[in-house]
Amino acid sequence: MNDKLNDWTARLGIPRLIIICFVLLLFAVGYMTGLPLGPLASASLVRVGMNGILVLAMVPTISAGVGLNFGLPVGILCGLVGALLSMQLQIQGFAGFWAAIAFSLPLAILAGWGYGLLLNKVKGQEMMVGTYVGFSSVACMCIFWLLAPFDNPELIWAIGGRGLRSTLTLDNHFGKVLNQLFVVSIGSLEIPLGLLGFFGMLCLVVHLFFRTKIGLAVKAAGSNPRFAEASGITPDSTRVVGVVISTVLGAVGIVVYAQSYGFIQLYMAPLMMSFPAVAAILIGGASLQKATMGHVLLGTVLFQTLLAIALPVTSRVIQGDISEVARLIISNGMILYALTRGERGEAA
Amino acid sequence: MRSQSAALPVKKDSDAISLIKRNAVPILFAVLCGLGILVADIDPLFLINEIITRLARNSFLVLALLIPVSAGLGLNFAIVIGAMAGQAAIIFVTHLKIKGLWGFTLAMLSSVPLAALMGYLAGLVMNRAKGREMITSMILGFFANGIYQLVFLFLVGTVIPMKNRAMMLPGGVGLRNTVDLYPMAKALDKLWRPDILGVRIPMGTLLLVAILCVGLHFLMRTRLGQQMRAVGQDLNIASVAGIDVDKTRIIAMIISTVLAAWGQLIFLQNISTLNTYNSHEQVGTFAIAALLVGGATARRASIWQALVGLLLFHTLFVVSPLAGQAIVGIPQIGEYFRVFVAYGVIGVALALHAWQGRA
Repeated sequence: MNDKLNDWTARLGIPRLIIICFVLLLFAVGYMTGLPLGPLASASLVRVGMNGILVLAMVPTISAGVGLNFGLPVGILCGLVGALLSMQLQIQGFAGFWAAIAFSLPLAILAGWGYGLLLNKVKGQEMMVGTYVGFSSVACMCIFWLLAPFDNPELIWAIGGRGLRSTLTLDNHFGKVLNQLFVVSIGSLEIPLGLLGFFGMLCLVVHLFFRTKIGLAVKAAGSNPRFAEASGITPDSTRVVGVVISTVLGAVGIVVYAQSYGFIQLYMAPLMMSFPAVAAILIGGASLQKATMGHVLLGTVLFQTLLAIALPVTSRVIQGDISEVARLIISNGMILYALTRGERGEAA
Repeated sequence: MRSQSAALPVKKDSDAISLIKRNAVPILFAVLCGLGILVADIDPLFLINEIITRLARNSFLVLALLIPVSAGLGLNFAIVIGAMAGQAAIIFVTHLKIKGLWGFTLAMLSSVPLAALMGYLAGLVMNRAKGREMITSMILGFFANGIYQLVFLFLVGTVIPMKNRAMMLPGGVGLRNTVDLYPMAKALDKLWRPDILGVRIPMGTLLLVAILCVGLHFLMRTRLGQQMRAVGQDLNIASVAGIDVDKTRIIAMIISTVLAAWGQLIFLQNISTLNTYNSHEQVGTFAIAALLVGGATARRASIWQALVGLLLFHTLFVVSPLAGQAIVGIPQIGEYFRVFVAYGVIGVALALHAWQGRA
């Protein structure tokens, strides 16, 4: 019994246990201070569906041996362009949602391909280069948002007639279409089955992809490039495949995120978006070399639950909003832990 | 025959061309700055004043990056931690209501132990992340920012006893978003500020920068400096040669962090207000971008590259919104452009660093 427990804690890891205990503690405090737990859990579920795909986007790059995809904003920006095109053409409801994804796919494939080629040139420093590729493309797109030829009056600034607004409401477009699809209520707990189903479906697709011939090659080249090369796989091209899939998932992820949030945020908003996703998958137990669907699910549920309930619970006990500070410390602490675990196995 | 010719060095360029090639980055930015100045038609006196002020207030932070580069730690994004230590010191001194140059000196002294401790801890973390120091230092900066906010938003007034109406939020817990540094405003700049042809030169600050440059120059020639360079060249060889690699790296981080703390203090006395929760956030990015614009890389950086980079980067900083206004009529374009330049230049430099590192 004791051995089993030890084995279990070893597999989970100390930081994960601390976070699980923290989440449970928050729930306990919430219960004791008389917070209704149903709405809290519902809010957590919505956030899981909202952010999950962005976390899922980390899996292909980690499996392909590229590491954590800090350049996720590249995909996010493609998704935003797709969403804006769909809004410009006034496509409403579900059609608008699918149109946004359809428009962003070619862009994301192209951008991911270029980004993947670049990452092949900088093996060993992918995370750092990726971070700054992400940052600079966000800044570059800021100029694009100002100059882009969109002319739907809903999208551009009322004064001047030029430049996209920094926050665009999706009410008349595809806001909350997934969130309101198949919502099941059990007491005060609302389960957004449509949103969670979409996330689950994409997880399944990625999972199945890694069972196909190409997927297995990507994985093999990721875990041992030399061995893979000996068996006739070109690691450089499988790495690009991983990056392209990750970028596409980033684009789809932001469209889902935006419809759930009800707004599209442009300009500097996507700048730091890769960090919560990176933190979530690490909290789930992934390392720089290995990530599974289990890590994605556990990580997203833990991290998003924590964020969703931290503010209402702590505001009962402490003055001010400590949840933002807690998010900074936990997410970056988790990334630091992963970076300093002293794992060997650099790509080259 | 073919293999022989491949082994030979590449065709030797004439001196002028090789000079341009070696300094391609600063030359490119000089051209950009020149074009911007022409397009925006800027008053030269305004430009010179602005640049001298910015040079004086930012050089210390950029120079703080040099030691970790030579010790092989790459670009130290964790100088934000030093900046936070500096801010903690200036908050302390402002709370004690010590004014003027004395207050500033006290802030510099009191920031040393805190910054040294932080630098030591940062060094320990870096030693556990060999080969990925830069991303680690960046995340470490974010992490430290979280701790900083925890301390000054929630612990001050609760765990840490502090009562000060002017500096703290009405509830008595946490500091205000801005702290007025009026008592110490320009304490160092005002010390000796001659006016030459309409240009006000903060000689006190510039002298301090000059002393630091000379100090760094000699530090690199001491035994410690030699050891740092050896560690920067190759960890294994240095360790075989009997150098305590980990210790040398920690010392480099401590020096860098302390210098960054002082740099932030110089920056703040010039700005004269402390944005408690975001004065420090961009410190690392801008200092590193400035260093790289001067032609430095993550492996090699000299004092001259730091100074030239500062000059060019800050010229671009002043000029680009005005140029954006003049060209397209939207000043924000220039603002986003300079953000793009800051991030882009770091991205390109890191990519080149990784690319060459493999060869």
